[in-house]
Amino acid sequence: MAFRELMYREALREAIDEEMARSPEVFIIGEGIAERGGSYKVTEGLLAKYGPKRVRDTPIAEAGMIGVGVGAAIAGARPIVEILYVDFAMLGMDMIVNQAAKFRLMTGGEGRVPFVLRTQGGAGGGVAAQHSQSLEALFYHIPGLRVVMPSSPADAKGLLKYALRQSDPVMFLEHKHLYMTKGLVPDGEHIVEFGKADIKRPGKDVTLIAWSNMVPTALAAAEELAAQGIEAEVLDPRTLVPLDKAMILASVSKTKRAVIVQEANRRGGVASDICSIIQEELFYDLDAPIEIVAGLDIPIPFNLTLEKASVPQKSDVVAAARRALHQDPLGLAAQ
Amino acid sequence: MSTPSSSANAPSRELLEKIFRTAYKIRVFETEGIKLYRQGLIRGYFHPYLGQEGIATGVCAALREGDFIASTHRGHGHCIAWGADVNRMVAELLQKESGYCKGFGGSMHIADIKAGNLGANGIVGAGTPLGVGAALANQIKGSDAVTVTFTTDGASNNGTFLESLNLAAIWNLAFVLVIENNQYAVSTKIEESTRETDLYKRGIAIGVPSFQVDGNDPIAVHDITREAVEMCRRGEGPVLIEARTFRHMGHHVNDPGKYMPEDKLAYYKARDPVDRARAAFMDMGGADKAEIEKIEAEIAAEFESAVEFSTASSEVSIEDFREFAVGY
Repeated sequence: MAFRELMYREALREAIDEEMARSPEVFIIGEGIAERGGSYKVTEGLLAKYGPKRVRDTPIAEAGMIGVGVGAAIAGARPIVEILYVDFAMLGMDMIVNQAAKFRLMTGGEGRVPFVLRTQGGAGGGVAAQHSQSLEALFYHIPGLRVVMPSSPADAKGLLKYALRQSDPVMFLEHKHLYMTKGLVPDGEHIVEFGKADIKRPGKDVTLIAWSNMVPTALAAAEELAAQGIEAEVLDPRTLVPLDKAMILASVSKTKRAVIVQEANRRGGVASDICSIIQEELFYDLDAPIEIVAGLDIPIPFNLTLEKASVPQKSDVVAAARRALHQDPLGLAAQ
Repeated sequence: MSTPSSSANAPSRELLEKIFRTAYKIRVFETEGIKLYRQGLIRGYFHPYLGQEGIATGVCAALREGDFIASTHRGHGHCIAWGADVNRMVAELLQKESGYCKGFGGSMHIADIKAGNLGANGIVGAGTPLGVGAALANQIKGSDAVTVTFTTDGASNNGTFLESLNLAAIWNLAFVLVIENNQYAVSTKIEESTRETDLYKRGIAIGVPSFQVDGNDPIAVHDITREAVEMCRRGEGPVLIEARTFRHMGHHVNDPGKYMPEDKLAYYKARDPVDRARAAFMDMGGADKAEIEKIEAEIAAEFESAVEFSTASSEVSIEDFREFAVGY
């Protein structure tokens, strides 16, 4: 298979471009996405190619634009609504939680909502408490939503293309620090189905489960652990809903040790739920307590040093893996 | 524009009959439905459309196949006016698999997507962005379908009212927003919800052609909606219509509505939309008493047979429900 190196944002653009070319029902709306090409340049060039009917700027009206996207999806279109920051999606929570997520059930399965909300989250760069959150747990909790968090350009492209072909509401959560990262993307039609995790690095000693921007962090930690003679497996679920439980359980069955890494704060997080799934199925196979490395239970501060202290770092992951291997139970190496 | 222009042509007998049949059918559905509720056969919430029948009746009579509607929590009337199957509506209220939503939705969620009914909605105001979305989908498809959202005076103080109507306006969508101004948001009277109680003016403020009409006059509602729909099909949408009306009872079946002043209730009951539809059919359409009685008996029988159909229907089995739940 032939590959090209693309940036995450270029891979997303290719997905939208290919699906807009393929299906006249696909359209995109958002703040500054048409003329300006989006704050992260994901939609650059699409206005010129597909025209103002299918690539539209919106006023700053998140509840309205999310609701309009949901309505368009119910009526048979395939909208992408781009929300600048996942923090701003909170303005449209009724439309996401009470409308999009519920519609299929409320209509006895008759009504479908092929709606894709693209947005980005995550800390880093000092954009402070209202522009830095990792809010996947809110959506993960709501039955009826799909929650997608790609960590690489190839996954970003393949998952977005799949999102635009399936029929349920998708929260497509990108990360602000990944847009400029590069990676190999297969040539030709590249689709990644939901519910299929990916082993980003194989290993036999401990499983590091991470998604979105924590995947590069986990990979860097695995590199450091390798230098210490520990072979960590890095598993990226890629979609949190549906979650590839089978691959998670297979990996942890093999390594008998799991470290779950999430950027979001710990309380009520997805990591806790994955932890419960593992212990439920594999309690007697585990050689160590499951470790969770997560953000502090606090809004993200502006100050860059404090911001960094609020979210997991490579050293936290390394320390957790070593604890799981009983190599440093007191965490002395990290101090 | 605050008053509708009068109809260029006198309404046809066919239209007058349709309006009477629809208004009466809603009246029977709600009146008989409340009896079923009181007997404990219908559970959950039931928000009667009694007193507001003129609006759904008049609006839907001005629409055609291929158009879309979105409704409110008080949605039975819109479904019936849209031509819904009474069997499937009653079956839904009785939690049966033969209902519109297999009994998964109930009174506040009856929808028929294939027929263009985007559904009732349990969240006040939510139908407005959903309807604008349908209108956007139709514009992108190149369809000349018109979407009507029925909303309420209560919902007009919600943020999505402005946000979504404004989106419809900047994109010139074929969208008609019908505010059923029954003057109460649950139990709060409109004068306590807003300083400007002429709600059509909110459309004018954002450049949307806006009308006010007597919602208890189904013919007038029809005429103004027809004009609005024609404007939309010509690309002059969206349009806002405020239809003034009044509930005949409280917010839902278990709300006695004691806060509603008796003189005001008497005023609106003296202008009952079903009586006016009947009078219009007799006066302008030439229907005699015998014809009216025959239609009324037909509709009563239709409801009775819907209850029989629904009673005989089964509920979704737990096994089928578990299968449905897989992958959620």
